[in-house]
Amino acid sequence: MKIGVLALQGDFALHAAALARCGAEAVEVRMPAQLAGVDGLIMPGGESTTLLKLMHEWGFVAALEKFHAEGKPIFGTCAGLILLAREVANPEQFSLGFIDVAVERNAYGRQRESFETQGTATLDGAAHPLTMIFIRAPRILAAGPSVEVLARHQGAPVLAREGSVLVAAFHPELTDDATIHAYFCRMVAEATSP
Amino acid sequence: MAEDNGLRIADKKHIALAEMLKGGVVMDVTNAEQAKIAEDAGATSVMALERVPSDIRRDGGVARMSPVKKIREIQKAVTIPVMAKARIGHFVEAQILQALAIDFIDESEVLTPADEHFHIDKFAFSVPFVCGARDLGEALRRIGEGAAMIRTKGEAGSGNIVEAVRHMRALTGGIKRLTLLNPEELMTEAKNLGAPYDILRWVSKHGRLPVPNFSAGGIATPADAALMMQLGAEAVFVGSGIFKSSDPPKRAKAIVQATTHFKDPDVLARVSEELGEAMPGLETSKMAEKDLLQTRGW
Repeated sequence: MKIGVLALQGDFALHAAALARCGAEAVEVRMPAQLAGVDGLIMPGGESTTLLKLMHEWGFVAALEKFHAEGKPIFGTCAGLILLAREVANPEQFSLGFIDVAVERNAYGRQRESFETQGTATLDGAAHPLTMIFIRAPRILAAGPSVEVLARHQGAPVLAREGSVLVAAFHPELTDDATIHAYFCRMVAEATSP
Repeated sequence: MAEDNGLRIADKKHIALAEMLKGGVVMDVTNAEQAKIAEDAGATSVMALERVPSDIRRDGGVARMSPVKKIREIQKAVTIPVMAKARIGHFVEAQILQALAIDFIDESEVLTPADEHFHIDKFAFSVPFVCGARDLGEALRRIGEGAAMIRTKGEAGSGNIVEAVRHMRALTGGIKRLTLLNPEELMTEAKNLGAPYDILRWVSKHGRLPVPNFSAGGIATPADAALMMQLGAEAVFVGSGIFKSSDPPKRAKAIVQATTHFKDPDVLARVSEELGEAMPGLETSKMAEKDLLQTRGW
């Protein structure tokens, strides 16, 4: 199983290391053509404005729409969540709209207000304790009826899934706990099994 | 502060912000208009300072923290993280920058040092610091003081990449050497480098610094940025190189593209076309010791 990590900018190397701990082969994706060789894709943390410029420059939007239409799973953390959302505020900006959530950028404030907290994710019916690190994080303001909320912080969804798309407002790749990456690997395995 | 692996280093959340900036370009800006140009070009962050390094070099005098009004204007103009420079050892400038909720403080040799003996105790702050280094010992001293990111110094405002290359090779070479040493050799190495032993031992075991390592000082072209990335930088800082060139928006965008696609010569060729004039460069080997910025700090 090959899983791509969008390597335009951000903490893609940490995602690749987390995938390796789950036994998946991670492939750095810098050009749209490389999407053809992977079964799933992680969109990492980074700066969403930077990622958007780089995606538009090389025609990633159409390629990702095709990838998503083929049912291949995508997992976005932080900036990745912002890019995948249906609607983005503060400021309004282009997003792919692959998951029916509205997000507010930098919702908790600047770096001074970044934080680490403990929470619980419900994955496949089982509860998992989680360390959640929020870095200048976005907040999910609203989630559509077909979105499954897998974890919350202060009432707001912070881990959510709609079909083949998984998003996190925090950074599971910053901890040694690969629970969420393992869950995404299972999503990819299910999508690739005949 | 984190006690991971027994190390007293910067907070995990601060190192994390540096992780998010990897593969990107931090651009020096002096006002809101330049900050907007930088953001539109795809900068991951902007660095607020009073004057770009080449102007500091030309005008002389004391270079200080950027005026508060300018910093607030820059913060209002962009949504990306805003960094700002404080003078080496000037912990009150740093306190002010913290009060302004600056995302990363650069304790920088580009400004006139406020203290010739002591750098800032970075553990006393709730915002992260980046510090310059010319070699492994200097990098480890700054990490030991709480820096959440290291940038090799290069020679700011020179438009000449040679010092940036020298410092990056010194740092990566120093790290490689550590990985080859036997345990009994490490204390002597720490003594010779003037480096904290615990952090040095961690680097010896892991073959990398415990915080991200970016490159600064002299990057003027997309090729310069890609060179530093191929030499092991995890991201780049560009100072005078953008706003002292003939077409800043175009050059800024090209350097962003080159930093992402640093291993792809076809992309590098494409983005290097029709950029206009680069900033004028200085021959650093002919500069007097007193004119060098890199020798500030220890």
